[in-house]
Amino acid sequence: MDGDHACCEGALAAGARFAAGYPITPSTEVVERFAQRVPVVGGCFIQMEDELAASITLQGGVWGGAKAFTVTSGPGFSLMMEHIGYAAMTETPCVFVDVQRGGPSTGLPTLPAQGDMMQARWGSHGDYEIIALCPNSPQECFDLTIKAFNLAEEFRIPVMFMMDEVVGHMTEKVVIPPADQIEVVPRKHTKKSVEDYLPYGTNGDMVPEMAHAGEGYKFHVTGLTHDERGYPNMTPPMQKTLVTRLQNKILSAVERISMFEEDSTENADVIVVSYGITSRVAQRAIDMARAQGLKVGKLRLITAWPFPDFKIRELAARTKAFVVPELNLGQMSREVQRAAEGKAKTILVPHAGGSVHNPEDILAVIQEAAR
Amino acid sequence: MTTLVNPIPGNPVEPFLRSDRMPHIWCPGCGIGTTVNCFAEALIESKIDLKSLALVSGIGCTGRVAGYVKLDSFHTTHGRAIPFATGLKLANPHLNVVVYSGDGDLSAIGGNHLIHAARRNVDLKVICVNNLIYAMTGGQTAPTTPGQATTSTSPYGTFEPAFNLPHLVEAAGAVYVARWTTFHVRQLSRSIQEAFNKKGFSFIEVISPCPTLYQRRNKLGDGLDTMKYYKEKSKTKHGCPTGEVGLTMQGEIIVGKFVDRDRPDYSSLLKAQMHQSLGDKYVDYDEEQGYACGADGGCEEESCH
Repeated sequence: MDGDHACCEGALAAGARFAAGYPITPSTEVVERFAQRVPVVGGCFIQMEDELAASITLQGGVWGGAKAFTVTSGPGFSLMMEHIGYAAMTETPCVFVDVQRGGPSTGLPTLPAQGDMMQARWGSHGDYEIIALCPNSPQECFDLTIKAFNLAEEFRIPVMFMMDEVVGHMTEKVVIPPADQIEVVPRKHTKKSVEDYLPYGTNGDMVPEMAHAGEGYKFHVTGLTHDERGYPNMTPPMQKTLVTRLQNKILSAVERISMFEEDSTENADVIVVSYGITSRVAQRAIDMARAQGLKVGKLRLITAWPFPDFKIRELAARTKAFVVPELNLGQMSREVQRAAEGKAKTILVPHAGGSVHNPEDILAVIQEAAR
Repeated sequence: MTTLVNPIPGNPVEPFLRSDRMPHIWCPGCGIGTTVNCFAEALIESKIDLKSLALVSGIGCTGRVAGYVKLDSFHTTHGRAIPFATGLKLANPHLNVVVYSGDGDLSAIGGNHLIHAARRNVDLKVICVNNLIYAMTGGQTAPTTPGQATTSTSPYGTFEPAFNLPHLVEAAGAVYVARWTTFHVRQLSRSIQEAFNKKGFSFIEVISPCPTLYQRRNKLGDGLDTMKYYKEKSKTKHGCPTGEVGLTMQGEIIVGKFVDRDRPDYSSLLKAQMHQSLGDKYVDYDEEQGYACGADGGCEEESCH
């Protein structure tokens, strides 16, 4: 099964029964499969007129009671930015799948890149936090899509699922476990009475309980700065209270949210930090360097956002340099450099996209860094 | 925001409003409040189940309606009320979904969604308050601003041809199309009730004054003068071909019910197609009472294996 199809199966396994999409290469196979599969499991796919529509239609679906997602690639992802902000502000749990291709603009429709990593984090205006996951295989496209939905429900945020063209189109064995072995996080639905329910009341827990339209709660949802009742309250104190909570509900849980794969970092002179498809090329370079006797560690980011500052800080104290290959001209490497706070060097191995790195190019930088 | 301590006792529409959000933001002489009153009257008369009624607005002066009605109400992004409402309706087909927004929101930035929802015949009731201008942002030219009118972005007069909204939505496929002004309160209320009884994309345009930004800048008097204009220059022509109902500045306003026809709505078409193609394999999520992640939590459906 390829990564795009595995992502679709993961969404179905996570309970997604609603998707709104707009065709765009190299992501379309996800919704093509969903359109084929969902009518026989009970649900609905709608192909909208554009990505602006798709990215808000799915949110209507969520407030109507569904678990929902959309799928796109760079140019469509750009059009969806306002609605990532809307989902963050209204705390609408949902998943945006971005199968990255070369950009900017139309760029390389059928070829890979990892150029949307900063856009996923900062693309909408204002201050907010999202979670972004980076699979590096079709198996992870399945497993982590479920995780993406679970995190979306737990924190009531939009989760970015950052695939790339190679992972999306790569075919490998995918093991789908029996349904009863798959952990699915349910919606954080309120049990409160209509009288007691405050749509954005937090009661100490930073994630409010949710109600759906049609249940009698008669709640109000707005993208304006709002109080616990969901009513607009456009004052500096309310802005501070709300936006701070939207940030802190994620930032206070960074260590719990962060997933990474770590190998031989204890005595490493150089640690290669990578994610997505690039991590597989990096593995080859690491193996080659170790064969030459170099002490090379590996940190593969599975959670890109929130960025695991704590992990980089810890590793920076005991290594000489981080080598960061990525299919862009320097995005996550900036985060590594920021979190390292000068305690270890950060060396980018850039690639403008269109193919993956040559392992030799990464190896050369590792050798240089280890010197 | 101050709270109205004692709402007018016995006001029949008060139960439909969030009185704890009063006073509202609309200007003296604005027609939006009048349309909300007509909407509330329609709710009373139609005895519609309020629990299953959801209202979706976009951005703008009319976009604020969602914040004042005591319903499940969504104030969405600029132009996107219709696609949000589409998702809401498809996810929970038992909901009655009303889209309540302005001319700029629905026909400019949201124009693509307007025509496609009409084409699909999604079962939405769209109330479009047309004040001929972008009011929230200070009176700029809209796709509905009639020729010659002066606006803040057309200081020498508007010259772009304006949209004839009833004609547009009829051509795109709407099953119910009517137009009234805020002078026609009973007719408007009746039209909203009729739309509730239609299955499919229904569109009601309400011509409404913006005394602060349209009438004043064009030296057309105040809200009352506009009511007099609506009274004198409106002509009721039910069934009038929509191609003939375009608006001109201070010209005749043709009002009435222009379109009332039946076409299968989106959900009916979807189900029919799935039954035809998949037979017994089709799982009608509507009959299954929607999604399993509802009130009890937990998506229990796991039939994808």
